[in-house]
Amino acid sequence: MNTTRKSMLTGPMAVQALKDSFVKLNPVTMMKNPVMFVVEAGTLVVLLMTVFPGYFGTRDDVGFNLTVFLILLFTVLFANFAEALAEGRGKAQASALKKTKNEISANKVVGSGIKRIASTELRKGDVVVVAQGETIPGDGEVVEGLASVDESAITGESAPVIKEAGGDFGSVTGGTRVVSDRIVVRITSDPGESFIDRMISLVEGAKRQKTPNELALNTLLTSLTIIFLIVVVTLSPIAKFVGIELQVPVLIALLVCLIPTTIGGLLSAIGIAGMDRVTQFNVLAMSGKAVEAAGDINTMILDKTGTITYGNRMASAFTPVGGRDEAEVAAWAAIGSLRDETPEGRSVLELMKRDSLRYDETIAADGTFVEFKAETRMSGIELKDGRQVRKGAVDAVKRWVAAQGGTIPADLDAKSDAIATEGGTPLAVAVDNAIFGLIYLKDTVKPGMRERFEQLRKMGIKTIMCTGDNPLTAATIAREAGVDDFIAESKPEDKIEVIRREQAEGKLVAMTGDGTNDAPALAQADVGLAMNSGTTAAKEAANMVDLDSDPSKIIEVVSIGKQLLMTRGALTTFSIANDIAKYFAIIPAMFILAVPEMRALNVMHLGSPLSAILSALIFNAVIIPLLIPLAMKGVAYRPMSAAKLLSRNLFVYGLGGIVAPFVGIKIIDLVVHLWI
Amino acid sequence: MGILQLVLVLAVLVLLVKPLGTYVYHVFSNEPNRMDRVFGPVERGIYRLIGLKRRDGMTWKRYALSFLLTNIVLVALSYLILRLQSLLPLNPNKIGGMEQTLTFNTVISFITNTNLQHYSGETGLSYFSQMAVIIMMMFTSAATGFSVAIAFVRGLTSRGRTIGNFFEDFVKAHTRIFLPFATVITLILVALNVPLTLDPTLTVTTLEGAAQHIAIGPVAALESIKHLGTNGGGFFGVNSAHPFENPNPLTNVIEMLSMWALPASLPYVYGKFANNKKQGWVVFGAMMTLFLAFLTLTYTSELRGNPALNALGMDASQGSMEGKEVRFGIAQSALFTTVTTAATTGSVNNMHDTLTPLGGLAPLAEMMLNCVFGGKGVGLVNMLMYAILAVFLAGLMVGRTPEFLGRKIEPREMKLIAVAILAHPFIILVPTAIALMTDAGRAGVTNPGFHGISQALYEMTSSAANNGSGFEGLADNTPFWNISTGIVMLLGRYISMIAMLAVAGSLVRKSWVPETVGTFRTDNVLFWGILIGTVLIIGALTFLPAIVLGPVAEHLTLR
Repeated sequence: MNTTRKSMLTGPMAVQALKDSFVKLNPVTMMKNPVMFVVEAGTLVVLLMTVFPGYFGTRDDVGFNLTVFLILLFTVLFANFAEALAEGRGKAQASALKKTKNEISANKVVGSGIKRIASTELRKGDVVVVAQGETIPGDGEVVEGLASVDESAITGESAPVIKEAGGDFGSVTGGTRVVSDRIVVRITSDPGESFIDRMISLVEGAKRQKTPNELALNTLLTSLTIIFLIVVVTLSPIAKFVGIELQVPVLIALLVCLIPTTIGGLLSAIGIAGMDRVTQFNVLAMSGKAVEAAGDINTMILDKTGTITYGNRMASAFTPVGGRDEAEVAAWAAIGSLRDETPEGRSVLELMKRDSLRYDETIAADGTFVEFKAETRMSGIELKDGRQVRKGAVDAVKRWVAAQGGTIPADLDAKSDAIATEGGTPLAVAVDNAIFGLIYLKDTVKPGMRERFEQLRKMGIKTIMCTGDNPLTAATIAREAGVDDFIAESKPEDKIEVIRREQAEGKLVAMTGDGTNDAPALAQADVGLAMNSGTTAAKEAANMVDLDSDPSKIIEVVSIGKQLLMTRGALTTFSIANDIAKYFAIIPAMFILAVPEMRALNVMHLGSPLSAILSALIFNAVIIPLLIPLAMKGVAYRPMSAAKLLSRNLFVYGLGGIVAPFVGIKIIDLVVHLWI
Repeated sequence: MGILQLVLVLAVLVLLVKPLGTYVYHVFSNEPNRMDRVFGPVERGIYRLIGLKRRDGMTWKRYALSFLLTNIVLVALSYLILRLQSLLPLNPNKIGGMEQTLTFNTVISFITNTNLQHYSGETGLSYFSQMAVIIMMMFTSAATGFSVAIAFVRGLTSRGRTIGNFFEDFVKAHTRIFLPFATVITLILVALNVPLTLDPTLTVTTLEGAAQHIAIGPVAALESIKHLGTNGGGFFGVNSAHPFENPNPLTNVIEMLSMWALPASLPYVYGKFANNKKQGWVVFGAMMTLFLAFLTLTYTSELRGNPALNALGMDASQGSMEGKEVRFGIAQSALFTTVTTAATTGSVNNMHDTLTPLGGLAPLAEMMLNCVFGGKGVGLVNMLMYAILAVFLAGLMVGRTPEFLGRKIEPREMKLIAVAILAHPFIILVPTAIALMTDAGRAGVTNPGFHGISQALYEMTSSAANNGSGFEGLADNTPFWNISTGIVMLLGRYISMIAMLAVAGSLVRKSWVPETVGTFRTDNVLFWGILIGTVLIIGALTFLPAIVLGPVAEHLTLR
């Protein structure tokens, strides 16, 4: 895996973010974030009062005003820094990707000849020839030939993959390199719309659109800001009625402390970082909305083969027949598989090792390996002493033994049927004219899947397994893996049927797929994760693409989606809960000079009115950078029921949000009070 | 004794919630039931009379338009009657037409269920106006609020496009709830010596030989609907402190229960509609918790009395009896105050101006929150709005986008809710600031210092929450106060009602998200806590600075 793409913070990135924090002070860009815009406006007012004290009649308070100005400025800068930092990681990725795009020339097929043009001139439908060592100039489908392609530029995976015309392995991505052979490719995207282009703009955040939830939260934060603006603006005339004159910088300090600056400053960073976490996972989400939708998933449709099971059948037991014992069957099976490189063959040896079964390897020495052939449906070994060892499909082995005049053990059929009904595949093992027993081949569930499904159940997500197997086999695997439901003998249309059925019940459905016939279902699903190895159609229909082509990643994507939403909720709750302490710091401080009795409200026993206001303001500013790591990493998430999650998060971020500022402001005040 | 009285009334209330809630649910569930046999014929007659042939469900826009138009017609009619009352019958005391800004204020005050009274009933209204305007609007404004709340609940709990038929709800609220209940309570009050007559003011000669005018009239009829409809406008200027409106502790309890029982049973109705009674009880529990906190505050502060007076060596054993009726005492006065501002009725049996600062803080705060039971329907709607807000804030913390009762809370709902939560502080704080800044406003404020702030703040809060109780002492029958509170009442009533109906209209169309173990639950103790927290943090913190400068500063400086 490409390490540079996964790296967290680097020095230059932080420096760039620092620069960007100042660039982002531009009020026009600031306007998009109403909470921080209000802070910036306040900063400006205090700045004017500091610079022109004569005009505002604030000559006595220049020192205080300057301090307030600086704290406010840092509040804005911290918020900008958080956003810039989150964007910075994306930008670094984008520039790495851009390098792959530079100056590619393409061999376009024109009539019967070939014309060399720049890749940027290629249009949809053009046909190009890519030879060994050349870079594929654009996204397309292989129409002729077979080649191995290095896709490390996008996937980070250095092992080349095979691409060939027709079938599900015909899609190639621009910017990847042909390492052997030669293919003819029909281009399927116009310049600027290719996969790499989309990827660049996604990670750069250029086209980042706010998700519905972000928009709703923004509305709430904006209205809270307006409410507190009303509170603060009306406070002055009300106070004047009882002869209390409130200074503008103090009012601005109160306003900034009350409006939700913490979440307002971190909101976009949380969103960007959430997308980024998905990208670091080598999954490309086409929109933030898709990531959020992943958090909301109710039903997950998973293919059995490749996702839940390894797909290849693995030896899981030896069954003796005709009065032989298990060790004998095992030994002969192992001898027959010694030189067998198929997954089945290797799994026999692995099973031997696992169960610590012994056999004499020397028997096979210098033997001639007999490869598996479709006609014979057997493989095996010709031993030097002339004995022949075979393993293979039961009926094939039976015929082979019978042909040599051997007898078929009476219990063979019954035992092989038993294996078949359990969903396994029986392989017979024979030496010359005697059948020793059966190898029980099983489609093995990947380790850890059971636990993952258990976790999903705790999150309230239902899993449905799709498989082409017969219902019996499907039921066995489903039981073993612990999925909630399964569809046996499923056709691609069945998937879309299931998705529609679930969606009609209001559920959000996620699925993975790679083939062209998966495309409609991927498009129908709320979260469709296509494999990068899959067809262009599938990738276009999906709203996420897994560059590693690991279908079980959908489970992690759900976790990331949930984590993103939780982080947003936790920081919002924290930010709003902070207000209680800030009120108790600032309100008594504002009125204490005019109404000394207000000291009863100074529950934190803050040193002086000015120190109280500054401490609250400083806390309000520094909490933003302190929470940047949390916003970027996301709050800790372990799958558990909603009730448990809520009580836990409420305890940490709700109660923490109430208590933390009391402690924080008090500590800051102890320091600040040394001066004022 | 005091605590026992409080506990008894609370116990009766809690016992009433379930039967009353069940009854109200059946009134509006629109499913055939036994009551149809009793009320059906009358209602069918009314439907025929008003030309309501088909009672199809309405979209939220149609529903809002219907209730607005109905209200506008009633306003126009009432305005004419009040201005022309001298020419109309049933005016034995020869009362003249009402001044125009006062009429503006009065009409708005009653159509919005506020019942802020800048006039005094004895001298300002003819019997005809009392009946045709005041009592009529007491019925219709309550029925309007009730209908809107039911429509909102339908939007939250049902699917389709419609949220009910306003005219049907409006008629049923009258025929099945307010008219029968009001009739029974009127008769009980009459039995307990509340007058009900069209005779003119009595003039009697006292023992000293002086002539005394004793105002009477159709008091019992007004008194019953005044409380049932959480209206609060008294027949007499001093409202339920007047011995003819509220002669004894028993009538006091009846009046408290009649204003409180319907708002308190609405959460249960909501639970029935949601097909999950626990949802209702959680909302009820949150309301009751806040209520008990405020009741405790008022009761203990009044019991403790005024430290400044106590320091002078006055007998403090009775508590602060200034402005209270001896026949009610501290307990029944404190409870009445807390109930009338919680249910946003606005009737008073003691003068809130003379409450101790913290005792007066509780009614003020209840009106600021406007969701501690709340007025006819409005309280439930507001509390559910806070519930949606709570879901939105805390719901994200379970890692799903927020959903309430199976519906996603999205930008459209948040925008509408933002309008509602913005409007309330805006129409309280801005007018208060203006009143305290301008001479016209300050002219009405009769107290200097912090109490003056409380006076102005209370008047605007009472108008905004459509409560209508006064921090009496404010000289409020001036063009400034008539017009400003008139506008505040209008905005306070209609902005949130329309916004919340729109929320209902938006939610009713959404597809339902099925409930799983991953769903944020809104029917358990945890949500009760979150709901209270949201009300306090979003609702209460907004007003903290103003409250600190008003009652809190007054309390702290009271030595």
